[in-house]
Amino acid sequence: MPTVAAPEHTAGVATPQPSDRPGWRQRLSRADVTYSPYLYIAPFFVLFLVVGLIPLGYTAWVSLHDWRLDSTERSFVGLANFADLLDDEYFWNALGNTFSIFVLSSGPQIVIALGLAVLLDSGIRARSFWRLAVILPYVVTPVAVGIIFGNLFGDRFGLINTVLEGIGSGPVQWHADTLPSHLAIASMVNWRWTGYNALIFLAAMQAIPRELYEAAVVDGANAWRRFISVTIPMLRPTVIFVVVTSTIGGLQIFAEPLMFDSQPGAVTGGSDRQFQTMTLYLYERAFRNLDLGAGSAVAWSLFLIIVVFALLNYLLTRRIASAGEARQ
Amino acid sequence: MRTTRSARVAGLAAIALTAAACGSGDSGTASDDDGVIELTVATFNEFGYDELYQEYMDAHPNIRIVERKAGTAEAAIENLRTKLAAGSGLSDIEAVEEAWMVGFLAQADKFHDLRDYGADDIADRWLPWKFEAGTAPGGEVIGYGTDIGPMALCYRRDLFEQAGLPADRDVLGPMITDWASYFDLGVHYVEAMGEGYAWYDTAGNIFQAMQNQLEVGYYDTDDNLVAAENDAIKANFDAVVTANEAGLSANLQTWSEDWAKAFQTDAFATLPCPSWFLGVIEGNAKGREGTWDVVDAFPGGGGNWGGSYLTVPKQTDHPEEAAELAAWLTAPEQQVKAFVAKGTFPSQVEALESAELAEMTHPFFNDAPTGTMFVNRALAVGEAQYKGPRDGDVNQALQNSLRRIEDGSQEPDAAWEQFLEDAERVG
Repeated sequence: MPTVAAPEHTAGVATPQPSDRPGWRQRLSRADVTYSPYLYIAPFFVLFLVVGLIPLGYTAWVSLHDWRLDSTERSFVGLANFADLLDDEYFWNALGNTFSIFVLSSGPQIVIALGLAVLLDSGIRARSFWRLAVILPYVVTPVAVGIIFGNLFGDRFGLINTVLEGIGSGPVQWHADTLPSHLAIASMVNWRWTGYNALIFLAAMQAIPRELYEAAVVDGANAWRRFISVTIPMLRPTVIFVVVTSTIGGLQIFAEPLMFDSQPGAVTGGSDRQFQTMTLYLYERAFRNLDLGAGSAVAWSLFLIIVVFALLNYLLTRRIASAGEARQ
Repeated sequence: MRTTRSARVAGLAAIALTAAACGSGDSGTASDDDGVIELTVATFNEFGYDELYQEYMDAHPNIRIVERKAGTAEAAIENLRTKLAAGSGLSDIEAVEEAWMVGFLAQADKFHDLRDYGADDIADRWLPWKFEAGTAPGGEVIGYGTDIGPMALCYRRDLFEQAGLPADRDVLGPMITDWASYFDLGVHYVEAMGEGYAWYDTAGNIFQAMQNQLEVGYYDTDDNLVAAENDAIKANFDAVVTANEAGLSANLQTWSEDWAKAFQTDAFATLPCPSWFLGVIEGNAKGREGTWDVVDAFPGGGGNWGGSYLTVPKQTDHPEEAAELAAWLTAPEQQVKAFVAKGTFPSQVEALESAELAEMTHPFFNDAPTGTMFVNRALAVGEAQYKGPRDGDVNQALQNSLRRIEDGSQEPDAAWEQFLEDAERVG
């Protein structure tokens, strides 16, 4: 957050001769220095208040009510919606699916992105081309990705099953079996986000002073050792950033499982909720069952889980990545 | 209205968008200083109204029509639901797809009762079942019917020949009477053809058509969930399960990627098809001319899938003008023009008798006289079944139970038990 310049100092310069009552010009000038910075950053915060905080608060308010989209009767029920969720096996199922898909996507994604960044950072030919190439999937909308991967992961005529059958292995039930469905969805997420994260890592890598590597070479460190002891510690803030953003994104996966369902428009995430994520469940409760109260309770539960997870992530990543820094 | 694959994708995108950002928009109506009334009409896909608006404005200089077109029925419905709840932001006329109409009938107090604007005088304009489905339990008429999707049976004439079944639609037609006759033909077909040849795409599709023909559906007229007590539902469920066990289903979910690709194979031989479905089949079966045909028959009588209504929400400032426009747009003459423009099948008795429909044939379907055929199909549709406000959710639970059986993740008995539990949750 931007810090505000100290007004006393400026005021002192503006009043060379001693005077108890500064003129209006000075007061205006002082006010300008004191308040202008707030004014400059205000648009963002006003916008954030309107499209961020107010809906957040309103959702909390709705979650405490028996509030349906097709009825005007609204009664306060306290935390009953949340209590219902705790007893709701489909809520826990969605939570489990979300974490499973999140782990299957974010884990490999960050490791592969780091590897890609190292490759892009090395002296390969046609560097700009490769850098452009890895970001390309990010430009494609998730819905288009859904169609492409829907073709790949078709149970009957999908490309992957055709190949599997060609090499003598049985077809995988991508939609009916839980783990394969999670893998399929995770691969969609990875395809879209790996390149994006690789570019962020790459930018951070290029900011690492080359002297550090030279010194490491002089000390006799090999490439792997340099990566572990120089690159990773120096990337610490970036790793934290990428982990936190992919956590937030990963826990809110929506379009991919929606598109993956073999019955278009169904928001149950498969015939037996094999891949219904939290956001899909939220959508089902709020906009299919029209139970806005329950939907809002899911939304707030998800919000709290993300906050807790982001904090946990932050602490863990800091601990892991600071091992190298302590030595410096 | 019709659902195409690209529309379906756009629809999902729209769901994603509405989920991210719900509800924004200005007020629906405006009146200029010079006395010109602006009427907004919210539609989706293609209603075929573009030229009709101009015609109406030429005849009514004091009216200016502005259309708001959503990409899909789903997007339009999300918009209508949220703004109805918010109390502002709707258009003067809102189009509603038939499948969601029941949910809005339960909120009839938020729409103008069109009987106040002459609905009684024009009620016999429509097929009775179409008009009924736009009428709330309390008698309020909240929607004027636009188009419909009467159902016939599409079939693969080449595969029928191979299996020794009559490929001629005039011979085949009388053979299809009730569902048992349809399933019997199917058993004959799969026995003749052997492994890899199925009769229909998915049990869900068949069950849906059977369910809609029932006198009482998932709810009784007092909105009590009777899914467990209504034996007819379980009987239909058992019938499709038995048919599936005989190998009649290709286990391909309608609209899935695998399903779309299957049109380039011989995976299934019949499809219950509403009028708008012919275009879908033609698109998916591209390059396989002469293989598909359509017969003027439907198991168990008639059926309807698709079609829409025009409603006038209470939010409008110009109910009289809006109701008048809605009545004009849904008049037989206009709906015939819309049919010519975009192929929306009219729901008005007089429009069904028009020369434009009588002359229609479909080259892809062996030059079938689809116009007269679907007129017959529209006349065969029975009384509208009463649907409770959560009918869609209960139906989703049932569709999921059939999907679980078809994808092999559950046995029929367990699937039925879980359906009853799921229905109880949402109902």
